[in-house]
Amino acid sequence: MDTINIIGAGLAGLSAAVTLAENGVSSRLISSQPSERSQSVLAEGGINAALDLMGEQDSPALHFEDTMKGGVYLADPEAVRNLTENAPRIVRKLAALGVPFQTENGQMIQRYFGGQKKRRTAYAKTGTGKMLMTALTDYARKFEADGLIHRLHHHDFVKADIRDGILRGVYVRDRYTEETALHSGPAIACAGGLNGFFPGRTTGTTQNTGHVQAVLFSQGVRMANLEFIQYHPTTFGISGKRCLVSEAARGEGGRLCVLRGGEKWYFMEELYPELGNLMPRDVVSREMYRVVRRPDCGDQVFLDMTALDPSVWRTKLSDLREECMHYLRIDPASALLPVEPGIHYFMGGIDVDARHRTSLPGLYAAGECACQYHGANRLGGNSMLGAVFGGETAARDLLDGGFDGGCLSLSTGCLSPTSVSLSTGCLSPISAEKLSSFLCSALGILRTEEGIRQSLEGVGEMLRDEALTEDFRARLLLGEAMLRSASARRESRGAHTREDYPERDDRAFRKTTLAECRDGSVTISFRDLP
Amino acid sequence: MIYQFEISRTKHGDRTSRLQRIRWETADESATVASALTGMNADPDLRDENGEAVGHIFWECSCLQKKCGACAMRINGVPRLACDTPLSSLGKKPIRLEPLKKFPVIADLMTDRQIMFDNLREMKIWLDRECSQTEDRDGVAFEASRCLQCGCCLEVCPNFLPGGSFTGTAACVPASRIIAEMESPAQTELGCLYRKRIYEGCGKSLSCRNICPAGIDIDKLLVHSNATAVWNKSVHSPGKMLH
Ligand SMILES: Cc1cc2nc3c(=O)[nH]c(=O)nc-3n(C[C@H](O)[C@H](O)[C@H](O)COP(=O)(O)OP(=O)(O)OC[C@H]3O[C@@H](n4cnc5c(N)ncnc54)[C@H](O)[C@@H]3O)c2cc1C
Ligand code: SF4
Ligand code: SF4
Ligand code: FES
Repeated sequence: MDTINIIGAGLAGLSAAVTLAENGVSSRLISSQPSERSQSVLAEGGINAALDLMGEQDSPALHFEDTMKGGVYLADPEAVRNLTENAPRIVRKLAALGVPFQTENGQMIQRYFGGQKKRRTAYAKTGTGKMLMTALTDYARKFEADGLIHRLHHHDFVKADIRDGILRGVYVRDRYTEETALHSGPAIACAGGLNGFFPGRTTGTTQNTGHVQAVLFSQGVRMANLEFIQYHPTTFGISGKRCLVSEAARGEGGRLCVLRGGEKWYFMEELYPELGNLMPRDVVSREMYRVVRRPDCGDQVFLDMTALDPSVWRTKLSDLREECMHYLRIDPASALLPVEPGIHYFMGGIDVDARHRTSLPGLYAAGECACQYHGANRLGGNSMLGAVFGGETAARDLLDGGFDGGCLSLSTGCLSPTSVSLSTGCLSPISAEKLSSFLCSALGILRTEEGIRQSLEGVGEMLRDEALTEDFRARLLLGEAMLRSASARRESRGAHTREDYPERDDRAFRKTTLAECRDGSVTISFRDLP
Repeated sequence: MIYQFEISRTKHGDRTSRLQRIRWETADESATVASALTGMNADPDLRDENGEAVGHIFWECSCLQKKCGACAMRINGVPRLACDTPLSSLGKKPIRLEPLKKFPVIADLMTDRQIMFDNLREMKIWLDRECSQTEDRDGVAFEASRCLQCGCCLEVCPNFLPGGSFTGTAACVPASRIIAEMESPAQTELGCLYRKRIYEGCGKSLSCRNICPAGIDIDKLLVHSNATAVWNKSVHSPGKMLH
């Protein structure tokens, strides 16, 4: 079998690479920077699996229900079924790779996370992502030594080589030598979320520029559900980005409050007695947005963790406490923590089916850059799971002869890496900022047709600039697709709340939003769920 | 606030570098070296004190919250993370930014730290079979998993030379995770490599102790790894099986 090109070396990319290697198939693990620097290392609170370790009669079926409900019934049910059924196996495998999951009396334990009634989230303090990444990176290293995984760190994706409607290879540029090469073979895009469309405004990394998605979109690859952007309820600003306060803070007993008449009002507990502070993130962020605009309330929401047991701080949240003291000089054990919603996750992305195939034969996508598993709103702890499972599933499909073998049987060995000159992908920060301001003003927590229209006009204006580079035009087109998707969905669902269409409309919109780019123009359509 | 910088500039493929003096202003009181570099790169009209265009300054960053190690560089001569160095902490003198010196410079402040990853591979730092410990008794696995591969510890280590046999703390920390999860590491290949390429090469000068930006408890890891991989002692009883 051809060497598979994997673009991105976070959880999804590593998972794909080791799955291929376990089956004797080699891959190129292409990433702008090494795995140690990917966004996956930032993940904090944990990974979900119905292991039922807490004696609460948890099951994959309940995990499925919570995920579908949390995503407001927009996720692909078959894919979510596979995900939740495989979750216990995946977490056990990670434990076998040496992830130091939290234990009590020698047994692994799980914590509460948003939108879930059972303690289903396996974790390692609030450094779960780093622990998973270290274990998987070490595991992959063994295959590197065996020659099955070829690392190309410091290499950026440039564009896909598409001929006769099939992906034949990928152009990749070495940041060190500034040379571009073409690597033949199928590809799995694992390039993370669209953070680069919102520079300085997300909890993620600067590395996930969204370049891969933008270029693929402009090359004709279909996107899905782009309007669904997750605002995490509890973030604070630090120089250059938003810093996350993990949902684990609320999972372990933290409470959101606002000052009303000089008193603390725990609004989430009053408004949603069942799940309270642990409602899904879309609901919490929306209520926070509303509560600070009420005339009888203060304009700041606080996270109150002052009543947490000292043992929780010691064993489960020690790193979170250090972070608050470091950046805010506030000890959350004794004082209220000011928090605001911030952009955290992109539910939408490259359109894939349950096997992680995209609309372009020969191209797969997994992890945050794909649209899979989370519907209109992602539950905390499901994205690391989705990244590991997605990478694995894409790899398995290739191993099983995916695309009816069409792509794999195309021997393109003659296309050895060659030097070609292509645009450098360097992005003007000023234009990026301008695009971002249009997207932010239209795609906030509450949205209106008028706001979206104004931003579309702004982006349209930018697109008329004749001097645009090919790369930036691709970015603008994907930005336009996000706005058009938000405009077309005339209902409120999950992370997409329309002030002008406040109701959910299942009949018209319990569908996947699709965005396509043909000859430089963007079209939006809806597809029934599988 | 106005800050003066002296930034080491090297072109791609060039061996020589020069210091460029740049003035940069910000209203952000919490601005870090990383925010300054981001800000400079966002200003296409930025000029140095001789009126020369500054152009794009090459450096690496990713997380901007001291969790990925990308932005390690020498700041006033000390290896540190740019995103974890507030400008306000650097005093009044010009702030000197230079690339790490133990690694080949690619351009400006960007270095090639490939040797660190090669060392981990040569040291065979991976688990050979399923991990049977559920309990991370003394937190060794957690602590050893935290290494950013930033290279700051190697930068200050008098015994680490690229191409040399000694792999330093940056390999010792990840090795400690595997050693902690092995039953009798002294008899394994990794144990042997640990003795040769870490234990025997370390001059115990302790220069690496306070430099680690992740604040990794290196002594704790060393005590564990030396005990089991060098002295063949058991530091804890095997944990319970997972399932
Ligand atoms: C602060 C924070 C906390 C989180 N906590 C949790 C949690 O507790 N639980 C949970 O489930 N999820 C959590 N998440 C979400 C989760 O971490 C991510 O969604 C997940 O790790 C994504 O993995 P990935 O493999 O898709 O992408 P990433 O880990 O982001 O990796 C992307 C890869 O693509 C590469 N890449 C990007 N662009 C290019 C390009 N142009 N060319 C070449 N390579 C490129 C990068 O170098 C990188 O290797 C958190 C996220 C953040 C930011
Ligand atoms: S103790 Fe000294 S010689 Fe040993 S690793 Fe640290 S700096 Fe290097
Ligand atoms: S031990 Fe510390 S200083 Fe050394 S590479 Fe790891 S994180 Fe960096
Ligand atoms: S950018 Fe990640 S440590 Fe500085």
